[in-house]
Amino acid sequence: MSSRPSPASATSLLGQRDPAWAREFEAILRAYEEAGGKLTALQSERIASAVISGNRVLAVNEIPGVHIETEELPAGVHARIVVDPGARVEYPVHLCFGMVPAEGLQEILSEFEIGEEAEVGFLAHCTFPNALDLRHVMEAHIRIGPGATMRYAEGHYHGPHGGIQVLPTTHVTVEKDGRFENEFSLVHGRVGRLQLRLEVDVAARGVAELSTKAYGFDDDVIRVEEIVRLNGPDARGLTKTRVAVRDRAVSEVYTTAEGNAPGARGHMDCTEIVRGEAAARNVPVVVVRDDLARVTHEAAIGSVSRKELETLMARGLSEEEAVDIIIRGMLG
Amino acid sequence: MSQAQPPLLVVEEVWVNRPGAEVLRGVNLEMWPGEVHVLLGLNGSGKTSLAYTLMGCAGYRPTRGRILFDGQDITSLSIADRARLGITLAWQEPACFEGLRAGDYLALGMREPSRKRVEAALQAVALSPAAYIGRPVNHALSGGERKRIELAAVYGMRPRLAILDEPDSGIDVLGVEEVAALIRRMAEAGTAVLLITHRDEMAAAADRASLICGGTIIHTGDPDEVREYFASRCRPHEEALGAQPWGPEAGGTYRRVVSEGVCDE
Repeated sequence: MSSRPSPASATSLLGQRDPAWAREFEAILRAYEEAGGKLTALQSERIASAVISGNRVLAVNEIPGVHIETEELPAGVHARIVVDPGARVEYPVHLCFGMVPAEGLQEILSEFEIGEEAEVGFLAHCTFPNALDLRHVMEAHIRIGPGATMRYAEGHYHGPHGGIQVLPTTHVTVEKDGRFENEFSLVHGRVGRLQLRLEVDVAARGVAELSTKAYGFDDDVIRVEEIVRLNGPDARGLTKTRVAVRDRAVSEVYTTAEGNAPGARGHMDCTEIVRGEAAARNVPVVVVRDDLARVTHEAAIGSVSRKELETLMARGLSEEEAVDIIIRGMLG
Repeated sequence: MSQAQPPLLVVEEVWVNRPGAEVLRGVNLEMWPGEVHVLLGLNGSGKTSLAYTLMGCAGYRPTRGRILFDGQDITSLSIADRARLGITLAWQEPACFEGLRAGDYLALGMREPSRKRVEAALQAVALSPAAYIGRPVNHALSGGERKRIELAAVYGMRPRLAILDEPDSGIDVLGVEEVAALIRRMAEAGTAVLLITHRDEMAAAADRASLICGGTIIHTGDPDEVREYFASRCRPHEEALGAQPWGPEAGGTYRRVVSEGVCDE
C-alpha cells in the first residue's frame, strides 16, 4: 500500500511526468467531468481524493483525519480509506474510478473504516465513457463505528454504447448509534448490465438509508439487490428505489428488510416505470423476528401516471416530453 | 366580454360515452373571450366530463358532435395540440410530481419562461416565491397548496380558454376570495374561463352560467337566475326517489335521472 502524488500537484506536473501517465490522467479527468464531477474538488488540497484509472492509482490526496492507502493489482486496485475517530470532515471525500479504454476489466477492492463519532461524506464518480466490452467489478467492505455517520453518493456514467458490465457488491456494518446514507445513481447514458448488491447490518439505534436510481433503455439490464438487517433495538432502515426502463430494457429489484430486534423499524419503497417493451419486477421480502419490530413496504410498477401525463400535456408538452420530465423528476 | 365578436368556443351537440355510461348527451355551449362562465350541476351530472372533453383527455373523445375553438374544429386534436392553441385545464385533484419543483413546473407552460414570470404567477395565488419556487410538487404539499400551484400554472400560461374544475375546493376561506380575484384578472386579460364550482360566491362573480344535468346543459343565462333555477329544481337522487312531487307518478316531470341527481324541467 502506498500514497500517490496529490491531484493538485499532479495536474501541475502534467507536462513533467511520463506522457502516457499524463494522457491517461487528462482522459480520466475529462470523463470525470462528463460524469458530473468537479475538477476543482480534485485539485483542492483541502479535499481528500483519489483518482483511479484501470489498475493505476493516478493521484491521491489525504487530509488530516482521512487516510487513503492504495495498492495496484494486476486488474485493478485495492484501496483502504480510514477516517479517524471523532473526525468531522468538512468536504466530501472525492473518488474517481474509471477506465478510458473501450475494453478490459477493472476490479476494485475497497475497505472503509469510519472511526467512532466521526462524520464524513463521499462523492464517488465511476466513469467508463468509451465502454464497448468492459467489466467493472467492485467489492467493498464498510464499517461505521459507534455514533459515526457516513454519507456515500455514487454517480455512474457508462457512455452511450452499453457494452459494460458493472458488478458492485458492498457489505456495510453500522455499529450502535451509527448512520449510513447511500445514494446510487445511474441515470445518464447507457446502463449496460448492472448487478448491484448491497447488504447492511445495523446495530442498536443505528440508521441505514439507501437510495438507488437507474434509467435503462435499449437492451440494458438492471438488477438491484438490497438487504437491510435491523439487528439492534430501535434500529431504522429505509430503502428507496426508483427505476425507469424503456425499449427492451429489463429491471429487477429485490429488497429485503429484516426486523430482528425490539423497536426495529424498516420500510421499503420501490417505484418502477415501464415504457415500450421493457419489463420490470419488484420482489420485496419482509422478515420480522421480534414481535416489537415492524417492517413495511410499498411498490408501484407501471406506466407513467395518466394524470401526470395529461397535466403536463395540458401545459403544451408533447407526450414524449411529458414522459421524460416525469421520469427525470422521479430519478432526481 | 363582448358577444358582438364571434364566440371563442363552440360546443355543438357533443355526446361522450364512458364504459357503462353516456356522460355527455348532446351538450351545446358557447363562450366568448374574457367571459367567466360558471357551470353548475349536481355530482355526476357531467361537469368534469365536459371539462375533460374540452381538454381532450383520454377516454373523452366525442362519439357525436364537434368542438370549435376560434373557428377551428379541434374535436380530434390531442391535449398538447389544444394546449398549444391556448386551452388548458386546472384539475380538481391536481397531480403530484416527484422531484419536479414548483418553479420548473410553472415554467413548463409559459411561452417565454423567466424567473420573474414564475414569481409573478406564485404571487398571483398568494404563495411566497421564496418559499415555494424550489419545493417539489409532491405529496408533501397540502391539497390547498397544490391547488394554488395548479392555478398559478394555468395563470402563468396566459391561456385563451381556462377550464377550472372546482378551483375553490380545499382552499381556505380567505383563499376563495383570492381565487375569485385571480379569475377576474384572467378574464380582464381576455381569457375565457369555464368555472366549475359549488360555491355561490364564486358563481355570483360569473358573467353567465349554465346548468348541466344528466349530461346535458338544460339552462344557460344570468348567473343569479341559473343559480335560482338550480336551487329550486335540482335535488339529490335519494331525495328525489323519496319525494313524490319529483316523481312522474305524482304528476311531476323530470328531465334526467342520473346516478346522483334529478333536475326537474
